[in-house]
Amino acid sequence: MRDVVINEACLNVSGLTKRFGGLVAVKDLGFRIMPGEILGLIGPNGSGKSTVMKLIMGIIKPNAGSIRLEGTEVAGWPSHRVARAGVGIVFQHSRPLHRQTVLENIKLGLLPDSLLRLMHDRAVDRKAREIAARVELDRVLDRYPSTLPFADLRRMELAKAIARNPRLVLVDEPFAGLTSHEVKSFSALIEGFRDDGRAVLLVDHNVKSVAAMADRVLAMYLGEYVAEGTAEEVMRNETVRRVYLGGAIETAARPQISQKAGPPLLEVADVSVLYGKAQALDKVSLHVKEGEFVSVVGLNGAGKTTLFNAISGLVPYSGAIKWGGESLSGRSAASIARAGIVQCAETRQLFGDMSVRENLDLGGWHLPPEESANQLDWLFELFPILRRRQEQAAKTLSGGEQQMLAIARALMMRPKFLLLDEPTLGLAPVILEQISRALELLRNTTPITVLLAEQNVTFALPHADRVYVLEHARIIWEGDPERFAREAGTGYL
Amino acid sequence: MNFLKHPPFWFAVILVAFASVAPLWLSAYFLGVLTLAYYFGVFAMSWDLLFGFAGEVNFGPTALIGLGAYGAAMLNSMAGLPVLVCLIFGALLAVAGGALLALPALRLTGPYFGLVTLVAVLLLQNFIVIFAGLTGGEIGMTVPSVLSISAGVNYEYALGFLVVCALILYGLSRSALGLILQASGQDATEAAALGFNTTKHKFAAFCISALFSGLTGGMLVFYMGAVSVDTVIDISIGVQIIIMAVLGGRRTILGGILGAVFIILANELLRPLGQLNNFVVAAVALAVILFFPDGFLGLLHRARSV
Repeated sequence: MRDVVINEACLNVSGLTKRFGGLVAVKDLGFRIMPGEILGLIGPNGSGKSTVMKLIMGIIKPNAGSIRLEGTEVAGWPSHRVARAGVGIVFQHSRPLHRQTVLENIKLGLLPDSLLRLMHDRAVDRKAREIAARVELDRVLDRYPSTLPFADLRRMELAKAIARNPRLVLVDEPFAGLTSHEVKSFSALIEGFRDDGRAVLLVDHNVKSVAAMADRVLAMYLGEYVAEGTAEEVMRNETVRRVYLGGAIETAARPQISQKAGPPLLEVADVSVLYGKAQALDKVSLHVKEGEFVSVVGLNGAGKTTLFNAISGLVPYSGAIKWGGESLSGRSAASIARAGIVQCAETRQLFGDMSVRENLDLGGWHLPPEESANQLDWLFELFPILRRRQEQAAKTLSGGEQQMLAIARALMMRPKFLLLDEPTLGLAPVILEQISRALELLRNTTPITVLLAEQNVTFALPHADRVYVLEHARIIWEGDPERFAREAGTGYL
Repeated sequence: MNFLKHPPFWFAVILVAFASVAPLWLSAYFLGVLTLAYYFGVFAMSWDLLFGFAGEVNFGPTALIGLGAYGAAMLNSMAGLPVLVCLIFGALLAVAGGALLALPALRLTGPYFGLVTLVAVLLLQNFIVIFAGLTGGEIGMTVPSVLSISAGVNYEYALGFLVVCALILYGLSRSALGLILQASGQDATEAAALGFNTTKHKFAAFCISALFSGLTGGMLVFYMGAVSVDTVIDISIGVQIIIMAVLGGRRTILGGILGAVFIILANELLRPLGQLNNFVVAAVALAVILFFPDGFLGLLHRARSV
């Protein structure tokens, strides 16, 4: 009888495993989605949920496991075959054809994969208009994508994804960058897919955003299954709470540093950043005193990385950023880095084919050999594991070791000011403790100033002298960590 | 018919009509220059189909052109077959050679495809020099047949050939294939997720580009009555074609014609400058590419869509 049940599922995944070098992105994961069901797949950044989506779509190939679409094994198929077998995907970031109109962009999704049928037939045109009407794009059919507001571009992606009438629709972060009004109309569209009898997989960072629509939610962390059930059940789950909020919150602020007189070392005033039409930062202001350790906490997509990139001179912004009283606007990223502001990026940016030692030497290339050697010794004390891994290629390190190497390399540059972007990304708790200890040592034994961006509150708070909360591109709270534990922590998940 | 109401269409018709009566008032010398420019226009258009649409940079357009040119020339001089047969043979040889090259090369990503095409040019060049007995080696070879000895007739052949090729290539670029190619070139992952076998479409584009390059290579041989490595295969010829296409406007197909006419005409008009000539043309081309990377037609397009 069990076979019958399995055959009813639209998608049946089991034992799915994917490794990238030394990093296990997805580990023995299994789930299924019924026709007419919406499954929310959630997990913090780096938990492997996007990898799962790419594995289903055939964009990357699994190392092991089975992906059955209506009973057919599609694991390892190339994307275009998976698409034709009945899977549609809505990418979070898309590049529409800019020289074609909205209608032509939608038609693209309807064309046969054939070299000989050169003419669009009338049926394609009619179908494209029908789909456009369904996603409420019929008013703008003849416009070019570059003239559309952000929400309409997302609608166009939805239209392309359902053009081939897929039985399974994958949606990556359905609501990122949308206003609350737009979220409502998108939810209705996605619920419409369910009513058509399609299976829907929503991939998102947190439960809150998909709770209203998802029939079931599956939470994953570090590539593994954590919990499954209704949105309420998953939110109540102990492990899920620990993953998002961490365990008990400890704090150790040093008010004597934060309240030191004099101008701040770094001052950010009314900084806004636009990505095309999406507002990534909205009049953000904050300051950091010399020697202070400040944490910016916020969920993924809140704008933390954008804030850091603005400070590092990597994205254009409006507003002012001052370093030691001098404006940083107009200075190149390289000149800002030379001034002593070093960013340790969330993506780690290691040179994968170079050895650990070579990565570190690159960080310290500007130091005289003797100082460089001293700095290296000090870093090996901070992260003992790196000393043993010196000759290994960086890409073969585990996720935690890669993160330590990224921090160590940033420190090799002897920064005055370290921007540390989400060091906990995709790391196991035991590794977090090691990194946490290293940060503690850093804070207590060096005069370095640190701005830390984190989603994991338990990790961000113990070292922080002050805390800012970033939500939907705005700073919504600031204060000392103890007050945060009392006030802001509750409404955070 | 939709395009009949389209002003640019009528502009093009008038331009072609105007060009076709040029032999009435242009000197044989300028007709010769324009003839060459028209053939290079087809080279540039074929190249743009691959670069502008499929998103693949072919650093060796002359490998395809050379195959077509030498294939046609050798068949003509050895077997004495009629020009048309030799042209078709050259074109097919270019497609076969191109396919042989593209099959493994398209499996590579990033800059490797371009490098493979570059190496292909050097291979062909060496091959021709080594088998000098058959190919004429570095000196080149003459062919017994020519299209015509009249500059005016040669000019009309070239113009007619250009118009036909432009219609076909432009038509292809606006067809379903063109749309799929653009999607594959700009975001291969997304195109595949929409159900398109991107490798298949890029391969087809490469073969079409090879067909037109090879055919035009053959035409050039029977226009000039001779073929040599320096005129159809040398890397510098390939670079010129690339500059023509980019100058005219990426992803426009027709821009290649503008680029070719501009470069070849400028080269001729600036000939009195002597050695400086090539330098000035290259500097102008560089300036246009740096400041208007969308090229001549791209500028027009932008002016219209804003």
